[in-house]
Amino acid sequence: MSETLAAQPVENAGRQAPSPASGKAITTLSEHIVEVISDSGEGAQVCGQSLGAIAARMGNGVWTLEIIPAEIEPPARSTEGASGSRIRLGSGRMTNCGDQADLVVAFNEQVLLARLRAGEFKPGCIVLLESLWRTHPDKEIAASYLQTHARLAAAGFRVYEVPMERECRSLVADARRGANMFALGMLCGLYSLDLRLAREQVARAFGSKDAGVVAANVALLEAGHGWAEAQLDFKFRIPALRSLEPQIVVNGNTALALGVLASGMEICAMYPITPATSASHYLSNVFEKVGGVVHQAEDEIAACSFAIGASYAGKCAVTITSGPGFSLKQEAIGLAVMGEIPLVVVNVQRGGPSTGQPTKAEQGDLLAAMFGSHGDAPKVVMAASGIEDCFYSIITARKIAETFNMVVVVLSDANLATSQQPFPRPKFSEAWMAPPADQSAVPEGARPYDWNALTGLARRFVPGQPEGMHTLTGLAHDRRSRVAYDPEINEEGIHSRSLKLAALQKTLKTPPVFGDPEGELLVAGWGSTQGAIEEAVGRLRAEGCKVSSVHLRFLQPLPPGIKELMQRFKAVITIEGNWCDRREDEIIDEGNRRYSALAMLLRSRYLVDVDCWSEVRGQPIKPGTICRVIREALERNREAARR
Amino acid sequence: MTITAPECLLRLYEEHPDLEDYQGGAPRWCAGCGDNAILAAVQRLCRDEALRPEKTAFISGIGCSSRFPHYMKTYGFHGIHGRALPVAEGVRMARPDLHVFVSTGDGDCCSIGAGHWIHAVRYNMNMTVFLHDNHVYGLTKKQASPTSPRGLRTNTTPRGAYLEALNPLTVTLGVQNASFVAQAVDWIPEILYSIVSAAFHHKGFSFVRILQRCPKFLPDLFDPWLHDPQKVLVLTHDNGLQLSPGLAKVHKNRREHDPADLDRAREIASGADPIPVGILYRNPGVPCYEDLRRSGKLRTGAFVRAGLEAELDKFTIWPQGHA
Repeated sequence: MSETLAAQPVENAGRQAPSPASGKAITTLSEHIVEVISDSGEGAQVCGQSLGAIAARMGNGVWTLEIIPAEIEPPARSTEGASGSRIRLGSGRMTNCGDQADLVVAFNEQVLLARLRAGEFKPGCIVLLESLWRTHPDKEIAASYLQTHARLAAAGFRVYEVPMERECRSLVADARRGANMFALGMLCGLYSLDLRLAREQVARAFGSKDAGVVAANVALLEAGHGWAEAQLDFKFRIPALRSLEPQIVVNGNTALALGVLASGMEICAMYPITPATSASHYLSNVFEKVGGVVHQAEDEIAACSFAIGASYAGKCAVTITSGPGFSLKQEAIGLAVMGEIPLVVVNVQRGGPSTGQPTKAEQGDLLAAMFGSHGDAPKVVMAASGIEDCFYSIITARKIAETFNMVVVVLSDANLATSQQPFPRPKFSEAWMAPPADQSAVPEGARPYDWNALTGLARRFVPGQPEGMHTLTGLAHDRRSRVAYDPEINEEGIHSRSLKLAALQKTLKTPPVFGDPEGELLVAGWGSTQGAIEEAVGRLRAEGCKVSSVHLRFLQPLPPGIKELMQRFKAVITIEGNWCDRREDEIIDEGNRRYSALAMLLRSRYLVDVDCWSEVRGQPIKPGTICRVIREALERNREAARR
Repeated sequence: MTITAPECLLRLYEEHPDLEDYQGGAPRWCAGCGDNAILAAVQRLCRDEALRPEKTAFISGIGCSSRFPHYMKTYGFHGIHGRALPVAEGVRMARPDLHVFVSTGDGDCCSIGAGHWIHAVRYNMNMTVFLHDNHVYGLTKKQASPTSPRGLRTNTTPRGAYLEALNPLTVTLGVQNASFVAQAVDWIPEILYSIVSAAFHHKGFSFVRILQRCPKFLPDLFDPWLHDPQKVLVLTHDNGLQLSPGLAKVHKNRREHDPADLDRAREIASGADPIPVGILYRNPGVPCYEDLRRSGKLRTGAFVRAGLEAELDKFTIWPQGHA
């Protein structure tokens, strides 16, 4: 979000004007957060994604977030089965899922309760609730519905009962299956979205099915639209600030896969794991068209080893995984470090440790990415700061991997993986593409590890190059790649591999500061939190707080200038999605407090007293939460200064 | 086209390599180690086939056997324990122009890398795999391996190995897509060479188990077989192994076996005494995974770009007024 936009207070109660179609007043909004929730398999995600796509096509800023149950088919009408989407619609660019929802469409009251308990709805939130359950023959279900309905009304929610299934019954045989498109039509009506674009979107969503399916869904869409126009006494409009540039709308995992395509890599080896796999699904579908291969290996270790083999043979490869798979790959990653084989490893982080929360967001793998293998195994660690950055990070990672003959880990997370946002359509550059494998003869006297004394870099010999024959080994080796037992040779290898990180660091730029370059508090973050942090900082700056933020895309090596940047603020705090001990716990003190990953890195590297705040609730950190944290930090710091 | 006699000689010299052209570092295996016999056979193969050293890659894992690439003067990859096969698969997928060989041991292949082994058979990628099977962990100094015979005393089984040995031949022959399975012993070099050569010429995953002596930790283990040719069952066939007249005089325990017969191959594979030696199974009709997966399209920058732009088109929202 641009600073000017962020600086505007979020205004939801706008002016009203009569609607030309229905005579209803249309409320103009700068943004609104919508949730569509159902049992798993009822299509609320398709509804939400379609709504986001239609709004994006109209030029609105959009961020969509998937609400995913952990199981494939959780029990119906259960709180743990809540599945659906959150769609944040706005006039300008949306960079995160926002705080609480303004309007929710729920297919039953149980899934609604799940989100209510999680505190996801604004006070006075509009609730459009499927009314089917009111007259359900099962007395318990009907009672539960009525009780929830009464509770919501009493709590000040604006509840509208919608007979979605009844309305769909006349249009399709299985009315429960049609409710999502009915809901989409209703939302298009409520937000004054172009019905023509909506019809196109439905055709696109069901394009692979036959014409009858598309027609039936368009009929449902129109029915929902008509119902909302006729039955609801309110209507919104979110004016779009149209982009002049073409935009693409994808989620983070698709952006990663497109990045693989654009980077010129041609082999991706993977093993199915949540939430990384959808990147490979998409890649499997498109990669072969351009002569690429997605290899589904027999396990994570094999996937990493396969990628290493391909890279060794001259084609830098990528392996895509999530937390547990990343742990399994660590020994192989160490081999690539030792052999100086370029390799891109993508870790779409999820909740950990162990199986943790497979479908939920967390930033728990930063230290594992940096220090995961045994021994001194320096590798590059980058973190995509948003959906667009998922695309560009892969291209950069491939380039660094091949320039420095290093492993480059790219961290994403479950939040970016499934969230969608429009961003400027990438303009292809020849420089993105990998060069073909060098097959020229190796000059006489050259050795496979002729480490440069300044940079640690050595030219790599690839199979097929005459006179370059040598055996790459995971054992400590000398410049000729001969197994070394000499203590000096072992040290020379470790020394050279370490220097490469410093050489890369010299090429990096100091990241920009969001806000003023000095002030009371600097918020530092990494990964998927950039949008939320900058929105929060923007809001507080609009209130006059002297707070700024910096977001790190390179975590290893850290770019130059960070210490100087931090020193221009009275205090620094990181906001992260990994655990840090809480001061309020009686047993926690400065001697035993575990800091969040980035805070720990910054403290150890720069000897700057960096504080941290974290949340590991499996949900994206919200801008409103960050505002509260920053206010508390400012207050705490002022309090400390007064003492 | 005619060429001059000196030029002809020069070409002959250049194009007909010597054994030295494939000899890397001096082997550091123990004296009498069966790995030396395997190395000799493989170097001879490289010379006889005039393989270009820069187009040849030997991949290995960890263990005594996995030192193999260091002793070749080709490209080599001495990786991590158990992972030689997936590394070799990556090499093969990326580079159809290379000759890919794998050296792996009974611990590397049948224990820590067993999962990869099963799947490598199923992928049937074109590579030649030597299982150096000495029935014991050597590099870590005498622990029981999956192929150690029951009762074998080792440092981890001081009262004798508890379990029956795993049979790598029956396991491999039990996997869908097995396309070449053979067995050799290090002490009959002529047969070893013939099998190594047949394996190299088979297009697909050629799996050769080689019973190999460990003079350091199990010096007597194979003695009964070594001293009595009758205890070696030589499998011969017009489409399989053929013995020289000299060797035929020594090895009278022979059996005609058609390598196309999978059922018979499985039956023979399950016998441990006498040791079956020869080509148990060969099926050139099994497709190679790399051939199924590689499109063969030339990946020019323009081609990749066209593919990327077509994908981006699917997700693009054009500004109003765009044609």
